[in-house]
This record gives sequence, structure tokens and C-alpha cells, in this order.
Amino acid sequence: MAKVVCRKEIAPDTVLLEVESPRIANKRKPGQFVILKKDEKGERIPLTIAKSNAVEGTISVIFQVVGAGTRGLAEVAAGGEIQDVVGPLGKPTEIRKVGTVAAIGGGIGTAVAYPIAEAMKAAGNRVIGITGARSRELLILEDEFEAVCDELIVCTDDGTCGRKGFVTEALQEVIDRGEEVHEALAIGPVPMMRAVCQVTRAAGIPTVVSLNPIMVDGTGMCGGCRVEVGGATKFACVDGPEFDGHAVNWDVLISRQAAYKSYERRGDDCNLLKAGEEQA
Amino acid sequence: MSPEKKKPAKKPRPPRQKMPEQAPEERAKNFLEVPYGYTPEIAETEASRCLQCRKPACVQGCPVAVDIPGFIRRVAEGDYLGAARVIKSTNSLPAVCGRVCPQEEQCEQLCVLARKGESVAVGRLERFAADYEREHGDGSVPEKAPPSGKRVAVVGSGPAGLTCAGDLVKLGHEVTVFEALHKAGGVLVYGIPEFRLPKAIVQAEVDYLKSLGVKVELNRPIGRSETIDELLEGDFDAVFVGTGAGLPYFLGIDGENLNGVYSANEYLTRSNLMKAYLFPEYETPIIKARRVAVIGGGNVAMDAARTALRLGAEKVSVVYRRSREEMPARNEEIHHAEEEGIDFQLLTNPTRILGDGNGWVQGMECLRMQLGEPDDSGRRRPVPIEGSEFVMDVDVVVVAIGNGPNPLIPQTTRGLDTSKWGNINADEQSGQTSKPGVFAGGDVVTGAATVILAMGAGRRSAAAIDEYLGRPLEDGTSGAGSSQEPPADGRS
Repeated sequence: MAKVVCRKEIAPDTVLLEVESPRIANKRKPGQFVILKKDEKGERIPLTIAKSNAVEGTISVIFQVVGAGTRGLAEVAAGGEIQDVVGPLGKPTEIRKVGTVAAIGGGIGTAVAYPIAEAMKAAGNRVIGITGARSRELLILEDEFEAVCDELIVCTDDGTCGRKGFVTEALQEVIDRGEEVHEALAIGPVPMMRAVCQVTRAAGIPTVVSLNPIMVDGTGMCGGCRVEVGGATKFACVDGPEFDGHAVNWDVLISRQAAYKSYERRGDDCNLLKAGEEQA
Repeated sequence: MSPEKKKPAKKPRPPRQKMPEQAPEERAKNFLEVPYGYTPEIAETEASRCLQCRKPACVQGCPVAVDIPGFIRRVAEGDYLGAARVIKSTNSLPAVCGRVCPQEEQCEQLCVLARKGESVAVGRLERFAADYEREHGDGSVPEKAPPSGKRVAVVGSGPAGLTCAGDLVKLGHEVTVFEALHKAGGVLVYGIPEFRLPKAIVQAEVDYLKSLGVKVELNRPIGRSETIDELLEGDFDAVFVGTGAGLPYFLGIDGENLNGVYSANEYLTRSNLMKAYLFPEYETPIIKARRVAVIGGGNVAMDAARTALRLGAEKVSVVYRRSREEMPARNEEIHHAEEEGIDFQLLTNPTRILGDGNGWVQGMECLRMQLGEPDDSGRRRPVPIEGSEFVMDVDVVVVAIGNGPNPLIPQTTRGLDTSKWGNINADEQSGQTSKPGVFAGGDVVTGAATVILAMGAGRRSAAAIDEYLGRPLEDGTSGAGSSQEPPADGRS
């Protein structure tokens, strides 16, 4: 059992949970994830660690409510408990000094990009942060991200905050202004990571992406999280979750992520869907 | 010669007693255990068949050297709890072994009665005694050696780890078992289905070890949460690694990453560990398919096929590239699967999995095979029959062709030698690895094998660890060398 010390809705349907887990807080490195299982009947949900506090012995995860499992987690109040917290899992991000790093976070992917940007900065890199969301209220960790970057570019699709447009456009501008970017990190929705990789491939910038395929055990046992990278099958849980973005087969990833779409709907009693059905 | 002339009149030996079980058509629709087990009456009749050999061959066939005639005699006498005590003195998981051990290749194969007829049903009797004790026992635990002050970490709570932990705690050591998943039992909980091994029984065996003083730490993926080196630098004097064969192999054919293709590990983990068969009450889903193909011929393939049937598939086919004779699955499992209506496509090899254009499985192309010359494994090599391609209409494919060793420990431990396949190199007897204080056993060393062989390895390593920790055995032999001897309770 792990106690939830803080629960915040930091954007619509986006929840931050700060969970007591001193061992993981001490051990975890940027890029690693945990698996949370709310109770006996809950799913095992893999979530990348956004922050940790070794002094308080806590870790924070940020997630979007998408199905029955994440909804269950989102319902745990501060002071409540989560039955199982496993981690840290996955290989940590390779942190080294390369020069200038573009750390790009889309939507809740910013929660993952932020700790990596922080570590990259601490390793002596110049860090250009780019964070994007559909709209102003969906932007997360803007202040925290800004504090660890030499420069932060904020984008919204609707122009309600920062630059209007996609993170790829902001990245292209950075490249076009003559900035020599030595490495890019892209973490966010799959279409965004794929689009960023198209930009960086053209510019010849090595790009690391963090993948979040469907996963069960997180220790290499089930192979459910297999992804195709450079033509070979890899397990995101033990070989990743970070991979060379230019080698990822995005079509396979997108398809595999949709495997349980129909079950998600069947398994939940989402008020939004109900409202939709009533209207229909 | 008429029987009347015989003196004294000998009662004819009763036939080997069958275990009552659920009817195939009934059980194919539920996840309840297939056999009901012996009643006391049937058990005593079966036990009365044992000849009580003075030099019992059966014990030689048991990797953990259970005193088989000893416990069977007690069953025959009606002392069921006594029988369970005899088994438990050398086997920490009798209810599990009574169900999943391949007795027909071990104790029962060597039974004297098997020479002229049918062997004593050792496994069924073991199961009976263990079940009786679980339901009627007073929870008493065997005597333990005085505390040694030594601490041992056991990594992995499968058959090897649990056995090793049980033996070490009885020898007076403090034992902590680390399990990466949220439930203890390893393959016994994630792999073997409820209908073959009820999870409540595994939990009861784990609880028994806890009552002996074994600590069980769940959600601890050693290698990531802490390394073996950190365990040795910290609280522990020795480490046993029993992390199993948990890395599924795929065929490497086209279409394997389509939705609807599962490793057997994933399919069984979803169903067993996560209870996806109870979805949506339990939140983890599993794809419920109309037609399922399971690739492979081992026990895991049988488990996956029978699970698919119980999940509601109309047709489930086991696709195996050799013939029935070469199938590695236990006869009993194949028989159960056949009874339940599983279709067997033997001498058939998948060549690619076909998609529907939207990323989902729609069919599987296969080739018919014939048997050629024997290969390295001694089995006749399957050779494709040219032009025999055909397409099976399936919407889920489960790949059950085996597992490699889990890579987490080898990847993260300094100075731990592995084979080119990633198995940990360890001494066959003691389990000693290339790293001082670190022992290993079970599937992570041997590659995928059986529960009881892993238990045997856990047992031998426990003796070797005991010796390593500086407590030579009373008889002066080394722990590693005397592994066939049961660890007498209370030895100092």
C-alpha cells in the first residue's frame, strides 16, 4: 500500500498524484516509469515518473483520464491509498553533455520531458524547451519546465497561450534561426512524436522518443509492449521506454495502442459517453 | 490353478484409482479446477496399492526426494495429516506438485507396479494429503533450527525461489523473497491457469512459508529497484536468483506485431494474474476471439488453448510443427485438451500472420510438414512439404514456443556470467554462480523446464547456501554434495 499525499487536477482530465514511495524516490532516474495498480481488481498502469522528492520520499506521476483504469486512479483522493506501486522500471535516459538539446513535450508528455530537461541542463547542456497543448488550460508544468530551460517556447493549437501552432513549427523555427541543435527529445502523443521526428530527420538531428505502448508486467515478461525499432522487435519495458525516434515504426505503434479501444468503452461508464448516447 | 489352493488367499490389487473430474463439455465453459481430487475412501484404496518397497525406486525419481512410501503408508492407515507432514518435511509446495508435476516421467515411471501394470498414483495421493492438510490441519509448522543470524535474499517467488526460501528458513536463516509482480508465486500465479492450479492454493502455500517466517516483498523488480550488488552490500549475506524464464520468444514471421497476436505469457498473465476472464469486473481486458490458433506443443500451449476455449472461442487449434509423439506437453494435458474439443493441427508450421488491413489478425498461413532425420534434440526434424500452404481463419494467435531467461538480473549484476542465450551460468549441484555469495537455479539457469525441477534446484541451492554461510552439515558432507538428502528439521 502506498499513500497518496497529494492529488491535483492540473488541467481538465489531467491528474497529478504524489505518492509515498521512498525507495523509488531515492532510486529513480529521469526517463524511468512506475506501474500503479489501484486495488485488487485494477489494471496495472505504467506511468513515467515526473518528479521525485527524495527527502519526503515521494514520487509524482501525471496522467490523463482515458479509460476505466486511469479513471479509477484519478478517483484516489489525497490521504487515500494505492495498492501497488512498482518501480523504477525501464532504462533511464542517457544523460550526457552534447551541447544544445531541444526538449519537446506535447500535452502530458511535458511531464516526462521536464525531468529529462532538468537532468540535461544539470549535465551542462544548453536546453531549449518546447511545450505544447491544444489550448491554454491543457498546458502543464509551464513554470517548472521554464525554470530548467535556457529558453522555453510555449505553443497552443488555438493560440490561447504563447505561439499559435504545433511544437513542430516552433522547432522548425529554432532550426531555421541557425541554432545548432545536437539532440532532440520528443515526448507526447504519438502523432506529435512522429511529426517531430520528420522535422529532425530532415535537419539531421538525432532524436530520442519515449514510447508508451500497452504493457502488463513491465519487466520483460509478457511482450505486450513490443515495438518495432529499426526493423527489430523490442520490448519497451526492458529495452526502452526510450528509443531512436528515427527508427521507430510508428504505424505499428499506433495500431497496437488501439488494441483495446472497444474494451475501454465496454468496460467503463463514462459520463461523457453516456451523455453522448442520450443525445443521440 | 484355482485360487482356492492359494494360502493365504490374496486380495486382488485394486486398479489405479481415477480422480473424479468435471465433464469436458461442462468444464470447457468455466475456470474451475478440472479434477475434484480423491475422496478419503478412494485415496485409501489407491494407497493400499503401494507395495511399500524396502528400496523404493520412486523416491529416486523425485527431484526433492519425498519419502513416497512413507506418506502413502500414512494415507492407507487413515493418518492424512501425518502423510502431509512427511511430504512437507522435504517439499514446501505439495498441493502444487500434486497437481503440476509430471509424475509419469518421475516417481510413477519408476514405480515397481508400472513394470507389469499401472503405477501407484503418487501425484494424486500427494494432492489428496496436501489438500486434506490445508482444509483440516491445525496450521502447525515444523521445528526450525536456531537462528543463524544470517540473512538471505531470494529473488523471484516462483517454484525455485519459494522452495529455496522454505528450506533456508527451516535451517534458521532469515529469508526475504523479492517478487517483481504484485502477487507471489511466479509462474504458478501468472502462468498456470486457475482450472489447473487454483490461485487460492498457491496463496495458501505462500502463506505457509510466511508462517515459517519467510518475508515476502512484492513489487520489487530486483535489478531495477535495487541491484544484487546492493543487496549484498546491504542487509544480505547471500542471494539466490530464481527469476525464471520470463522473456517470451516470437517466431520472427511477418504479421507478429498485429493486434490479436499474443505471447502465451501475455495471454496467460492477462487471464490468470489479472483475471481478465472476469472483465469488466476486473479491469484488465483480453481479446475474446471467435477462432484462436495457439502455436506450440508444450504444456503452456495446452494451457493457452484451454484458456481460449473458456474465454468463449468457437474453435481453438493447437498448431505444432512436429507430430503428436514429439509434443513436449504432458499426456494428461493433451488428453484433457482433446476431450474439451481442442483441434490439433499437427505437422503444421506457421509461415506468416495475415492482417485485415486495419492492424488486426485475420488469418494465418501455414505449411504442412513431414518428419525427416533426427535433429540435435533427437527428435525427427520437421521438413516442409512443398506447395502445401494453406490459410487458417483465425482472429487471435497465441505464440507458445518458449521463453528465454529474464534479462534484468544478468544486465544489472556485475561479474555474473551468462551463457550466450542469457542463462545464468551456475554449478549444476550447488547453483553457485561466478559471483561469490550469489546462487541461481530453476529456469533462469536451465531454460524453460518444469516446476519440480526448479524446486529441486532451489532445494540444492538452499543446502549450498547454508554451507556457504558457515554451517557445515552434521554428517560432515558438503551441502552441495548431499542434495539428495532431506534437510532434517532441527539440525544445528
